[in-house]
Amino acid sequence: MRPVAAFLCLVSACLMVPAGAPKASTLVADLSRHLVAISTGFAGTDVLLFGATEGKGDVVVIVRGPDRPVVVHRKSRVLGVWVNTAKMTFDRAPSFYAIASSRPLAEIAPSTVLAREEMGLDKLRLELTRAKASANVAREWRAGLIRNHEAQDLYSAEVGRVTFLGNRLFQARFKLPANVHTGTYQAKVFHLQEGRVVSAQTIPLQVSKVGLEADIYDFAYQHSALYGMIAILVALMAGWAAHLAFRKA
Amino acid sequence: MQIYLPIAEMSVNAFLLLGMGGGIGFLSGLFGVGGGFLITPLLIFIGIPPAVAVGTGANQIVAASVSGVLAHWRRGNVDFKMGLVLLLGGFSGSTLGVMLFSFLRGLGQIDLVISLSYVIFLGIIGALMLYESAKTMRRRKTAPGQRRKLHQHTWVHGLPLKMRFRRSKLYISALLPLTVGFVVGVLAAIMGVGGGFVMVPAMIYLLGMPTNVVIGTSLFQIIFVTANVTFLQAYANQTVDVVLAMMLLIGAVIGAQFGARAGARLQGEELRGLLALMVLAVCGKLFFDLLVTPADIYSIGVAR
Repeated sequence: MRPVAAFLCLVSACLMVPAGAPKASTLVADLSRHLVAISTGFAGTDVLLFGATEGKGDVVVIVRGPDRPVVVHRKSRVLGVWVNTAKMTFDRAPSFYAIASSRPLAEIAPSTVLAREEMGLDKLRLELTRAKASANVAREWRAGLIRNHEAQDLYSAEVGRVTFLGNRLFQARFKLPANVHTGTYQAKVFHLQEGRVVSAQTIPLQVSKVGLEADIYDFAYQHSALYGMIAILVALMAGWAAHLAFRKA
Repeated sequence: MQIYLPIAEMSVNAFLLLGMGGGIGFLSGLFGVGGGFLITPLLIFIGIPPAVAVGTGANQIVAASVSGVLAHWRRGNVDFKMGLVLLLGGFSGSTLGVMLFSFLRGLGQIDLVISLSYVIFLGIIGALMLYESAKTMRRRKTAPGQRRKLHQHTWVHGLPLKMRFRRSKLYISALLPLTVGFVVGVLAAIMGVGGGFVMVPAMIYLLGMPTNVVIGTSLFQIIFVTANVTFLQAYANQTVDVVLAMMLLIGAVIGAQFGARAGARLQGEELRGLLALMVLAVCGKLFFDLLVTPADIYSIGVAR
């Protein structure tokens, strides 16, 4: 119910804007929630983005996970066995990328605009650390990185739909899979008219582990030695308990 | 019912994990093996990152070995002196193994090394066991009751640092168990196994220990070696998932009960033949995966 209530609030706020107000922004948008909590039963989730535009035009929404360096390996056959024989590092690649638009991207804006705003997987800027590879080879590595992320549902080549309800209100839905990385995500909303971006808004989305899962993860990384000892202790006690159960049987 | 694994960072069906644990437990009860050599490949097959599969496998084996060794201890089937010497080698071997693991992980070759080690060791051990059990089954039919010689002297008995192991009725060089322990320790760290499937044949054929103390003694030293691996993997690589280990364990405890009962009804040699076939099947699957053209020759590595 909460997203709906928030949506109605937003709509009424939009409608109350006096007609003669200065045209600072032609766009208002928000997410159904700003925190995705990963807990024991987490199996992926949907995030709803909704908003309103002033005047006609198209809307494009991009959801990106935090950037991080990514190492990509390439296999080749050595003595009949497939072995990683080459590797390249991409300085920064988003850990998640999804896009939605109100019409096919090519119809909304020219290629230069799409490239500048990184609209579409094919426009994503992924640069290799050093220009060790020719343009052709670099393209193959880039495609390899994207394919691997797509296989894990972290990138989607498919452009989702931004649906308009009437002339001004829109919404888009994004699916975060169970294996999302944690961090601060960004939902970037663009309002385009005649192929130009007239207004844009960025909404943060926090994805973090909560509860026991978060505690275990933090403990494992911050107190690794103690975590190791506790893991052993738990195993020793479990083994002993199992022995007692066996003896009775 | 999905359960989120905090270290593996993925969600897996809880019943799948319980079932896998149960299956492994059943087999370990049936054959009297730790089952580590099955659990790590199975975890990899369901998509757990190999590094986490190895670290967690070791943790699970600690628990399985404790319950096993307590039963053997009560029957007096543990040679503690031999166990300690093996352990000395095992500690240094597993420490080196974890360091090697971290190094290979950085190079992006750890998955290959894990798979290759499994193919090589499972292949050798499986073939040897199959041969042995086929031979004894044939011998049992034709000429029963051939006695083995009590002692056979070879170059091995000329090595220095001789020690007396009373429970095993042996007087051999301490270098032998030290080496066996060391090699098994390295394997335990890299493959996430207790190493029983290498240790037990080595104790029988290389050291010449009597069969009744072999299992108890190997379990005794496996506890400490896998505990060491668990600690070092958690400390150096953060790859031990306690939630995953517990899920497997619960299944394994229950499965082992049924396995032990089923095992009592089967002949020893037939059991060994069955186990050999299973070992070879896992080996074959891993080998096939190495040879078959991968779906994508590009893969994502670990950024350091």
